[in-house]
Amino acid sequence: MSMWKGLHMTARAAHGIHVSSRFIHKHTRLCTRNISTSRPVQNDFFKDLENQFKAFREKAADAMPGSDWTPFEKNSSLPPERADIVIVGGGVVGWSIAYWLKQKEMIRDGVRVLVVERDPTYSQASTVLSAGGIRQQFSLPENIHLSMASADFMRNINEHLSVLNDDPVDLQFNHSGYLFLASEKVAHIMEENYSTQRYAGAKVSLLSPTQLKEKCPWINTDGVVLASYGLENEGWFDPWMLLNAFRRKAISMGVYQCFGEVTGFSYTTNTMTTAEGDKVDFRRIKYANVQMPNSLEYQPVECAIVVNAAGALSGKVAEMMGIGLGPKDTIAGIPLPVEPRKRFIYVVHCPNGPGLDTPFLVDYSGVYFRREGLGGNYIAGMSPEEEEEPETNNLEVDHQFFQNIWPHLAHRVPAFECLKVKSAWAGFYDYNTFDQNGIVGMHPLVNNMFFATGFSGHGLQHSPAVGRAMAELILDGGFKTLDLSAFSFKRIMTKEPILERNIV
Amino acid sequence: LSHCPCSVYLSCQLMRRSCRQVTLLAAASRYWSSSPVAPPSKQSRLLLFLSQRFHDIETLLSWSSWFKNRGLRQKNLFAGQSEWFRSDRRGKFSWDFMNHRDTSIEEVDVGNTLINYTGLENLVKQRGLRTLSVSGCAEVDDWFLSRLYIFQDTLEELDISNCPRISVGGLAALQKLRGLRRLNVSSLPRLQNPGLVAILLEEMLPHCHVTAVGYDHSLIYSPTQTDG
Repeated sequence: MSMWKGLHMTARAAHGIHVSSRFIHKHTRLCTRNISTSRPVQNDFFKDLENQFKAFREKAADAMPGSDWTPFEKNSSLPPERADIVIVGGGVVGWSIAYWLKQKEMIRDGVRVLVVERDPTYSQASTVLSAGGIRQQFSLPENIHLSMASADFMRNINEHLSVLNDDPVDLQFNHSGYLFLASEKVAHIMEENYSTQRYAGAKVSLLSPTQLKEKCPWINTDGVVLASYGLENEGWFDPWMLLNAFRRKAISMGVYQCFGEVTGFSYTTNTMTTAEGDKVDFRRIKYANVQMPNSLEYQPVECAIVVNAAGALSGKVAEMMGIGLGPKDTIAGIPLPVEPRKRFIYVVHCPNGPGLDTPFLVDYSGVYFRREGLGGNYIAGMSPEEEEEPETNNLEVDHQFFQNIWPHLAHRVPAFECLKVKSAWAGFYDYNTFDQNGIVGMHPLVNNMFFATGFSGHGLQHSPAVGRAMAELILDGGFKTLDLSAFSFKRIMTKEPILERNIV
Repeated sequence: LSHCPCSVYLSCQLMRRSCRQVTLLAAASRYWSSSPVAPPSKQSRLLLFLSQRFHDIETLLSWSSWFKNRGLRQKNLFAGQSEWFRSDRRGKFSWDFMNHRDTSIEEVDVGNTLINYTGLENLVKQRGLRTLSVSGCAEVDDWFLSRLYIFQDTLEELDISNCPRISVGGLAALQKLRGLRRLNVSSLPRLQNPGLVAILLEEMLPHCHVTAVGYDHSLIYSPTQTDG
């Protein structure tokens, strides 16, 4: 019976194709190699039949849902209509997650990843405005392990991120190490941190003031009781090179990149009642609306998972989902505590300053500086007090602020008494107002939104390891290599901050 | 002439990709090639063309480079250990080797081998190391230099000439070698200002004599515009 049906189908199809083949013949006669028109039409018909069937099957497959084909012309800069994972934010953390997701997928094209970045020039992105330092000298073991894993990644960066037939990645890594100086008040914190760091496997050494003076003769050790110096895997590098390496490799593995702004989400809500009778809304994102730059055109991207890696603007993205807009005493009323904080970096020139061995020096007063290049230039900065936080609506530099930094610099390094400020820039920290440490994991009420933000100045140095951890969380369901459950959203709900006990 | 064996080994590798012998041969063939960057032969150009067309060839090629890395790591272990045997036999009877296991080695010359960061694992135990030469090693890079701090008390002579991957960032890490007396940084292709770097190194390590030959220190003539 089915055989008859099949024959009937082919007959009908053949009839239909016969009609259209007349048009095909006209076409082939115009642009085919065989110009002789004496060939019988029947031969061409049977040869074309196979091709016609194939084209018909392909068109039928395209028209089925799940494929990308639409009958309308669309703007090619729009993102695809469907993606498995949408990463909001194209900074180093976002691209690191995209790379690791593709690296860990089991089959080719297993996940379709889309990275949405709103600024194609990266003019305000925290990644490229960073000082680019990496250190293992933290007090939390998780932070130490994140830095160590990221340094390992960068050491073997060409094994991970090299693209066939393209230049190898050169991060311009300076291995000069970080040097922290402690006064008498905070020396005990430094000693405790030292033992935590050694236990975690970081190569750090403690120096007394005399040893410090011997190592760095240009330092004034007045007020310094203890110094801690990183021997390995510490220094600074070029953040733009790292970002581009991740981006290039991820795109070569099939990640979609879209320049646009996520302006909202469409979600479904599932209201459940707790044992006490309170109603809780569980939301699930269905579409992420991506608006094109300088245009009202937008594309709703159907997605399964959204990763919030928007850095300083993560708070705004979370608000789009209603996180923090619920009643005050409920979980829905707890906002994502990430906001932008402006930080300044000043480029100074000093002719007699410390030489090639200058480490990234962080003084107990909060002032830091490092060498930049070989021409006697240094970059310096300081974290302001809470009351003096600058405005964050622009990236203008407050040159008066340098007057707060200079006395400390000159006191610590006498050669810096005569220096000249060459230029300055400002960048945003994705500052976690709760405890200044990253937030990594899922939100309890929005089932498919993941966070990787709030690193408060450490995002760049932790980005390779955080990317891997997020990919494990998304694809494997849990952390495998590094356990970052201490950084989950839970601590914000239970109001238990995990603070870095730094000396600054 | 030297490209022929390279391409032959490469094609062998693609066909029998799970054969371990071939991986070592491939690593060796890379070591034999005369120039650090060989111009693409017809074979490799064909492979590149195919890799852009077929995903499978691309995967095969990335596997082959992964195997090369693996072969490299295996070779490293051997290089480290054979050096150890050889230098231990200097002036000592070979059958006394087991008795002298605790003696420290003073000189290690791993010039022109494929030693890299992990290869240093074998040398870590040698607390009395005085001389280290890694001249001409293609895999020695800045991370290798940053790890040399383990010899900071004893190392007196270091030769890192002709290492194509070393740059200024790694040389800054040599500040920890306070006992260094002689440093050879000749012919490092990635140094853009070799004269300046040599001066900065001398400032950084005041007791060390820095040798930096093999660079073209001639001034670059730039015609100045004269206002008419």
